[in-house]
Amino acid sequence: MSLNIVVLAKQVPDTRNVGKDAMKEDGTINRAALPAIFNPEDLNALEQALQLKDQNPGSRITLLTMGPPRASEIIREGLYRGADTGIVLTSRAFAGADTLATSYAIAAAVKHIKQFDIVIGGRQAIDGDTAQVGPQVAEKLGIPQVTYAEEIIKVENGVATIKRRLKNGVETVEAPLPLVVTVNGSAAPCRPRNARFVQKYKYAVTPSEKANLGEDMLRLVDSREYLNLYEWDEKVVEADVEQIGLAGSPTKVKGIENVVFTAKESKVLDGGNDAEIEDLIKELITNHTIG
Amino acid sequence: MANFFTDNTALKHHLSHPLMRKIVELKERNFADADKYDYAPQNFEDAMDSYEKVLEIAGEISGDIVAPNAESVDHEGPHVVDGHVVYAQGTQENLKALVQAGLMGISLPRRYNGLNFSLVPYIMAADMVSRADAGFVNIWGLQDCAETIYEFADDDQRMRYLPRVCAGETMAMDLTEPDAGSDLQAVMLKATFNEADGTWRLNGVKRFITNGDGHIALVLARSEEGSKDGRGLSMFIYDRNDGGVTVRRIENKMGIKGSPTCELVFKNAKAELCGSRRLGLIKYVMALMNGARLGIAAQSVGVSESAYREALAYAMDRKQFGKAIIEFPAVAEMVSMIKAKLDASRSLLYETTRFVDIYKTYEDIARERTLAPEERAEMKKYSRLADAFTPLAKGMGSEFCNQNAYDCVQVHGGSGFMKDYACERIYRDARITSIYEGTTQLQVVAAIRHVTTGTYLGRIKEYENESYAESLLPLKNKLVEMTAKFEQAVEKVTATKDTEYVDFQARRLVEMAGHIVMGYLLISDATRNSEFEASAANYIRFGEAEVARHAEFIGKFEPEMVASYKA
Repeated sequence: MSLNIVVLAKQVPDTRNVGKDAMKEDGTINRAALPAIFNPEDLNALEQALQLKDQNPGSRITLLTMGPPRASEIIREGLYRGADTGIVLTSRAFAGADTLATSYAIAAAVKHIKQFDIVIGGRQAIDGDTAQVGPQVAEKLGIPQVTYAEEIIKVENGVATIKRRLKNGVETVEAPLPLVVTVNGSAAPCRPRNARFVQKYKYAVTPSEKANLGEDMLRLVDSREYLNLYEWDEKVVEADVEQIGLAGSPTKVKGIENVVFTAKESKVLDGGNDAEIEDLIKELITNHTIG
Repeated sequence: MANFFTDNTALKHHLSHPLMRKIVELKERNFADADKYDYAPQNFEDAMDSYEKVLEIAGEISGDIVAPNAESVDHEGPHVVDGHVVYAQGTQENLKALVQAGLMGISLPRRYNGLNFSLVPYIMAADMVSRADAGFVNIWGLQDCAETIYEFADDDQRMRYLPRVCAGETMAMDLTEPDAGSDLQAVMLKATFNEADGTWRLNGVKRFITNGDGHIALVLARSEEGSKDGRGLSMFIYDRNDGGVTVRRIENKMGIKGSPTCELVFKNAKAELCGSRRLGLIKYVMALMNGARLGIAAQSVGVSESAYREALAYAMDRKQFGKAIIEFPAVAEMVSMIKAKLDASRSLLYETTRFVDIYKTYEDIARERTLAPEERAEMKKYSRLADAFTPLAKGMGSEFCNQNAYDCVQVHGGSGFMKDYACERIYRDARITSIYEGTTQLQVVAAIRHVTTGTYLGRIKEYENESYAESLLPLKNKLVEMTAKFEQAVEKVTATKDTEYVDFQARRLVEMAGHIVMGYLLISDATRNSEFEASAANYIRFGEAEVARHAEFIGKFEPEMVASYKA
């Protein structure tokens, strides 16, 4: 059975390679110093979608991302790996959203896609680490959710079989379609970009990018439907402006602090005494630092 | 997070060579596929952009997957289960990533699902994969064999086999036997035509077969009963799905341990004739070997690159007598010479690749239409240059690779002798490059006629007439002087008309030509890109001394002195 799969993805600053310029004086993120990347766990989610597509020929993967217009970069990244099309949910009205407003906007967009069997996203984004958006989207769509997924084993007869990675082990669950799945970083890494897809999709553009194209490129993009990506705003997805962006966000930031880790106490062992080392190991196990 | 394409500016430099426009336009037949395939380029700039983007993928896989797996693959190696090869875990991961990235069948036409890339980006990918893991590149690089199917098999065979290669199936070329190594005329594996079912059957043993359990193999076998020499040999395609071949054992090698070198037993194995009978060795293997030699030249450059990086990193990091050891002239010279030989052999590699690319593309165009006289003349010119430069690139590139690996260990001192550093694996891996696909001595045999017939000299004179940056003219003058010494030596040796004597001096003469050619290529590189200035100067000083050494030896050597070398 062919599936309509929606993959939720976010373009995030690469917080894994933080240098000294990562924060500005006022404590906000210096986006210029951090490259914008495809959120790592969303790549795990995309791989799950691609595997479902491999298993169910004819399936279609739509990437959905909310962010500034340049978030189209990660749509193309997804197309290079095997997704079919993408939507950038973008508008000034969405800016400043917390997880509640974000999930409302994304749920509105998913509803607007209309035909979807499974919505897959990463567990959380590395810039916010909340893990709230996926579950909230499921709630707002009123459909089941499976979190901490490590592998979507199969989808058969309208039921998905999913392996979850939990704190103390794994469990395999079944859930009826349509549903939302959030995928753990322990899931299979995403496959590499593919040479054919890169060549096929490298000129894929959103309407706002299209406006800047020269005549030749415009002709090419117009003649090939798959090179046209979507850009939706709050009007397209019929979102209530009170529930999106800053207005729809109950979370208020009180203050931001630049935290510098410093060692509070330290113990120096010269390594010459095995009993000392053993005592330290016992201490670390007792206070749950290790073990 | 390493990318072996973006972290190595030399690659982009070679990719942007002025001759690429001609190569791409020929290869793309003036972009005739643009509207037929959704992944075909619209124009030259588009094609070059795609080359870069695809090489970035290959660079990322090389840096992030293949290189980190190299050590475990070296330890684990492949093994035999029920007569078939099971790759090391890391090898499986490498292969899966490259297949998923669509990096198989890179140079095959799009109608077989290939990428229809020029050879230059393909060889560049091989260069990077070799830097990551010299053993693994063999498995991936055997996709070269598909070229032979494309060139010599019939349409039906092309349609059946080539898309499989593009989809990720691996290949092998089954040539060597216990008694047929360098001398392939002695091949005994027997091919008999079974009249009853109209199929060929193969019986016998092959040895030292790289990736011997690949999905699709090209097999050299004796099809003509009673024949003794190369004219009784034909080329066959064996499909692993048909069965009949088992892997008896995998050799325990010094290096490239991840690459399974197999002993194969053919028991009535069904096979298809590829091309015409009797042309197996004299035509097809020669073509196959030329492609494979270019592949080994790329492997040698890749290994040199890893040797350079390991040596440099260690020399900057290691402190003795209160400073980093790179501060000592003896170490600095070693590292600089690794770099100079690396840059020289890489420039020769891509120059050779461009020659091969142009003549092969003309050959391919000739399958579609008659070539115009000037096109035919160009094809002939580049074919001859490719023929001359391939053994030079393989021969000298692999020798430099060995020297570089040796010096890399030397820079590491005692630590280099331990298993703790990558340099010991690089040292072992490097060793095969000057042996397989024809030893350096056999490369000299292939190259010497281009010394005596003047192919090298002709090309050197062309280089001499090109324009170079003003600041490089002193180096160019050295090359002109080296050329005079070379001409003199050639004159002295060939004047004897004594074949044995020519053979005796052959390696010296070929190396003299090689040093001059690489010297010119480096000043050409340095003219386009100042990053190559140091290597150009360092290499030419080294080459100048080498040429003088050989000239001295030849100058003082009389033909009768050969006698004292005879056993």
